[in-house]
Amino acid sequence: MTTAATTTTTRTEVAGVRVAGGTVRDDLRAVRMVWKRELIRFSRSRARIVTSLAQPVLYLFVLGSGIGSLAATGATRGFDFRTFMFPGVIALTVLFTSIFSAVSIVWDREFGFLREMLVAPVRRGALVTGKCIGGASVATVQGSLMLLLAPAVGVPWSPVLLVELLLIMALTAFTMTSLGIVIASRMQQVESFQFVMQLLVLPMFFLSGAVFPLSRLPRWLSIASKIDPLTYLVNPLRRVVFAHVHPSARVRAELLPPITWNGWPVPMWLELVAAGALALTLVGVAVRLFSHTD
Amino acid sequence: MATRTEGASDDLVTSGGGDQPAIRVDGLRRRFGELEAVRGISFEVARGETFGFLGPNGAGKSTTISMLCTLLRPSGGSAQVDGFDVVKQQTDVRRRIGLVFQDTTLDDYLTADENLRFHAELYGVPKPVVASRIEQVMQMVGLWERRTSLVRTFSGGMKRRLEIARGLLHSPRVLFLDEPTVGLDPQTRSHIWGYIDELRRREAITMFLTTHYMDEAEHCDRIAIIDNGEVVVIDTPEALKASVGRDRVQIQTDDDERAIRELRDRFGIEASISEGTITLHVSEGEKFVPRLFAELDVPIRSVSVARPTLDDVFMTYTGRTIRDAEASGGEMLRSSVFIRANRGR
Repeated sequence: MTTAATTTTTRTEVAGVRVAGGTVRDDLRAVRMVWKRELIRFSRSRARIVTSLAQPVLYLFVLGSGIGSLAATGATRGFDFRTFMFPGVIALTVLFTSIFSAVSIVWDREFGFLREMLVAPVRRGALVTGKCIGGASVATVQGSLMLLLAPAVGVPWSPVLLVELLLIMALTAFTMTSLGIVIASRMQQVESFQFVMQLLVLPMFFLSGAVFPLSRLPRWLSIASKIDPLTYLVNPLRRVVFAHVHPSARVRAELLPPITWNGWPVPMWLELVAAGALALTLVGVAVRLFSHTD
Repeated sequence: MATRTEGASDDLVTSGGGDQPAIRVDGLRRRFGELEAVRGISFEVARGETFGFLGPNGAGKSTTISMLCTLLRPSGGSAQVDGFDVVKQQTDVRRRIGLVFQDTTLDDYLTADENLRFHAELYGVPKPVVASRIEQVMQMVGLWERRTSLVRTFSGGMKRRLEIARGLLHSPRVLFLDEPTVGLDPQTRSHIWGYIDELRRREAITMFLTTHYMDEAEHCDRIAIIDNGEVVVIDTPEALKASVGRDRVQIQTDDDERAIRELRDRFGIEASISEGTITLHVSEGEKFVPRLFAELDVPIRSVSVARPTLDDVFMTYTGRTIRDAEASGGEMLRSSVFIRANRGR
């Protein structure tokens, strides 16, 4: 707290620092920095980790058990409805965490750190990429915590299944974080976050088939769910789970009907490729939006 | 300042041109819709100089800094920092500048050390020197002992000091300080100025700062008074004050009548007396006082010299006090918002 500076700096020491100049290495370093920051901030916000686990648990064990009791009287009798819900709830966790991480850009804007990053001698694209990877990492970690619950809802801890789930989760996280960043780039106030949640995130979540099967939907709802990009991520998550729990053909037809485009069942690889393409497009858009100087 | 060795760092971060001024601004403009915030300003800042932008809130100070820092695109005119154009050579400009913003831009949820480390990564400070450089700048602002604390736990003054340390971490050529002491208590303000003055003495760094505190502008080598988006006058604080008028000298003596008579006869100065204090006006009070002691035959018991303040300077050049300017500036802003709101319907 002393006024007098205590350093013994000499002129040459001060000058002897070489700084970044917009090379690829500089950009990679910036990507890593933004990514590391996301992880550090995430690891310090234990309250956030706990609360964002509470919601999926509520969906899985309360909503899942409730709807399950109803479903037990129908065509899927004998099949644990929570097993059906499990991939949907993983998607929920990843979706909400991704969007929240992405929208933290708005907080950064409000509390200034965004300016510190924007004025650095690195390409804006590097910052956006770092944010995407960082948000996606955080969401994947958060989603993977849900895997701990798998045995409780009849999903086996098979190593192959866990790896498959993790990979699809990572893709989901990356796609949804990029989407969130595109939205956040145009958001000026933290308050707008509520609108995004109510008008975009929740509809996306419900239309994706995360909490109910898409087999008997009215036509308009079926079309809406096919437009929802999250549908093509929930579906693969559920496919890999079902491949390990071996439900009967009847249960499968009820709970996991193939998603069709004009009658053609979309294969899983295409779903994943489409999601990946969307993610890259969104990152591209986000980079463009952030590269613009007012 | 003349003893500073220039060029020691040229092989590391090259300048745009050898003898270029640190900052050159030519006819710079910025318009926000209807409002012209900066209306064609021109000035140069020499290397190693501490240059101050003095003006009321809303005069265009922050807008100018934002343009010089490449965060805002000028509507017209041009500007170079260290010889590089702020529009066409943004990366070159950015690697040569350090910034201390008006509002904090630290990450509250990181420690002081992490904030600096991330800055070092963003600016590509070479790994082997990062640790020593961080210690150096943190020692300088007296925060080394608090390096592992979360920034959230810092006071406003500590945050500002950490920002100054961070702004210097990558050894910028030009350090921009936008209202470096706004919102701080007087004691902390004077501490911050202690560090800035220390920097001026120690490092061959150019500083560009904005302030609306008159007394703070005194710390600058030169000041530009900016009002309504235009530079009204640029000069040293001393010259500006000298241009305004004469110093006020007040003395108390053992024999006031005789002192007044001698002042008239020997110095040709008309002095007045009230309540036992003689008041006279001279152009350079500090140089006059030694003469007064030497040549006045009357014993002097006390003496005080009062300079014209920068408040007087601002008043002279803009026709109003900075306080009035801020009041009316605020009204202007409010009315333009009102107009926009009406048009939106």
